[in-house]
Amino acid sequence: MTSATSLYTRLARLFRLRKDIHPTLFTLSGLFVPLVLLAAWWGATAFGLVKPLFLPSPGDVIAEGWRQLTEGILFTDAKISTYRILIGWLVATVVAVPVGVLMGNFRIIEGALEPLISTIRYMPVVALIPLSILWAGIGDLQKVLILFLGTFFQQALMIMDNVKNIDANLIRAGQTLGFSNQEILRRIILPAAMPGIWDTFRITIGWTWTYLVVAELVAASDGLGRRIMDAQRYLATDTILFGTLLIGLLGLITDYCFKKTGQVLFRWNKAGR
Amino acid sequence: MTRSSSEPMLVLDGVGKNFLVDKKSIVAIDSIDLTLRKNEFVSVVGTSGCGKSTLLNIVGGLEEATSGEVRINGVPVTGPGRDRGFVFQSYSLFEWMTVEGNIRFALEKSNHTKAEKSELVAHFVKVVGLAGFEKAFPRQLSGGMRQRVAIARALVYKPSILLMDEPFGALDAQTRGMMQELLLQVWEDHKVTVMFVTHDVDEAIFLADRVIVLASRPGRLKRDIQIDLPRPRAFDIVTRPEFAEYKRQILSDIREETLKVMAMEQP
Ligand SMILES: Nc1ncnc2c1ncn2[C@@H]1O[C@H](COP(=O)(O)OP(=O)(O)OP(=O)(O)O)[C@@H](O)[C@H]1O
Ligand SMILES: [Mg+2]
Repeated sequence: MTSATSLYTRLARLFRLRKDIHPTLFTLSGLFVPLVLLAAWWGATAFGLVKPLFLPSPGDVIAEGWRQLTEGILFTDAKISTYRILIGWLVATVVAVPVGVLMGNFRIIEGALEPLISTIRYMPVVALIPLSILWAGIGDLQKVLILFLGTFFQQALMIMDNVKNIDANLIRAGQTLGFSNQEILRRIILPAAMPGIWDTFRITIGWTWTYLVVAELVAASDGLGRRIMDAQRYLATDTILFGTLLIGLLGLITDYCFKKTGQVLFRWNKAGR
Repeated sequence: MTRSSSEPMLVLDGVGKNFLVDKKSIVAIDSIDLTLRKNEFVSVVGTSGCGKSTLLNIVGGLEEATSGEVRINGVPVTGPGRDRGFVFQSYSLFEWMTVEGNIRFALEKSNHTKAEKSELVAHFVKVVGLAGFEKAFPRQLSGGMRQRVAIARALVYKPSILLMDEPFGALDAQTRGMMQELLLQVWEDHKVTVMFVTHDVDEAIFLADRVIVLASRPGRLKRDIQIDLPRPRAFDIVTRPEFAEYKRQILSDIREETLKVMAMEQP
């Protein structure tokens, strides 16, 4: 009776609104859900509840991964795909930062570009594949172009918001201290918006990863996305599943790198108390 | 005895401000005339929305007046300038810079040598009682400490006018009291004309040579009260009968304005 109540109160403590829980518990809960899914997956395949064609077992997927690793395919695929992602995302970022910053600071530029960008960002990137081949051929350039199109427009709008969200009094403080508009832009607005912009980087590179398969859908002979599309023809579900999980994992690693770098770069942004 | 001289330093000459809201022009401030003498400490009080911040922003050159003009030593204000320091309610510190960095940043446009700048920064860090926190980032400081950085940043380049918009509004009562005494100290030592916006009547009287009460909708000058309390002032001055009389007068003015606004808001 008492143990039941205490269990109940202990459980209830986990569900207080917006209260912190023990950090270990937090991490464990993050492992718990995937492990349950993994167990369910294993169970479903081990007891023959689904056909291997529809859902290969975890063991099959690991074996497929091992095969790709030993044959060297895994490494070359990951390398070329990561390269495309980085270039596509970098080009998008190099253009989106100035565009977003200008849109966030000058109403006239926001007025001129916002309707256009907002329209384009709803256009399906997949539909642009034929055009992209016409324009950029079938080489890496076309893949990078697709990744660029999938990333840039959202990114520019988000950076505009990051810039707009800074405390307007910071700009006013700069003006009272005698700084020119250009100096205020460079030395106050940019650094103030930078943590937000960095978060945008982190989110958008995740989106670039999700566009990988689309980018390698047509006219590619290598890459993680290509491997998945090829596997579809032979119904090699273990290859498909392994490739998908791998892209997820690489995305997660990218995300983690951005998060950690951000914490180092913007140490001032962390409350010390 | 007031420390201010008789020279007019800051003159507001028929200053008015209209805002365009939903294509309709709304009068926020309606022709305010006001003169501040050199080194005078003037508090501005009034109901919320009566135009205190707008007025201060116009003096700071951060907003343009729709009518009239502001003159400093006879020269019309056309924009922000280093003759005026500004302290905002929201601190508005450069959070990527240390305490020292924030204060030094304000000196960047002045002609001091590097050594002089370091000396000035060190001096003002001490003035606002932040010695030992030079290398701390704003996020690591309490609200009162952050506002002290903002005050040091606004004073270090020696502006002749200090504009403060509810600078202690976000602080708890104790910290607020300490900050008021600190501000008076700094004002006595550094000779600066202060225009101080607050909605705390005690604070307004305690600090100022004169309290300006604004009327609401549109903002107009309702009363201009000379505060003849001796200086230097300590916290216990609030117990004096004159203090209570000033307070009664100002509170009744504000109450009248609040009732007026509430009556206007009735359907
Ligand atoms: N940018 C703006 N656009 C439209 N109206 C504005 C703008 N800024 C201020 N106002 C209006 O002008 C009036 C005065 O505003 P102001 O901020 O100066 O008041 P305040 O006295 O500082 O109020 P508070 O005590 O709440 O800070 C208000 O009615 C406000 O709605
Ligand atoms: Mg205000």
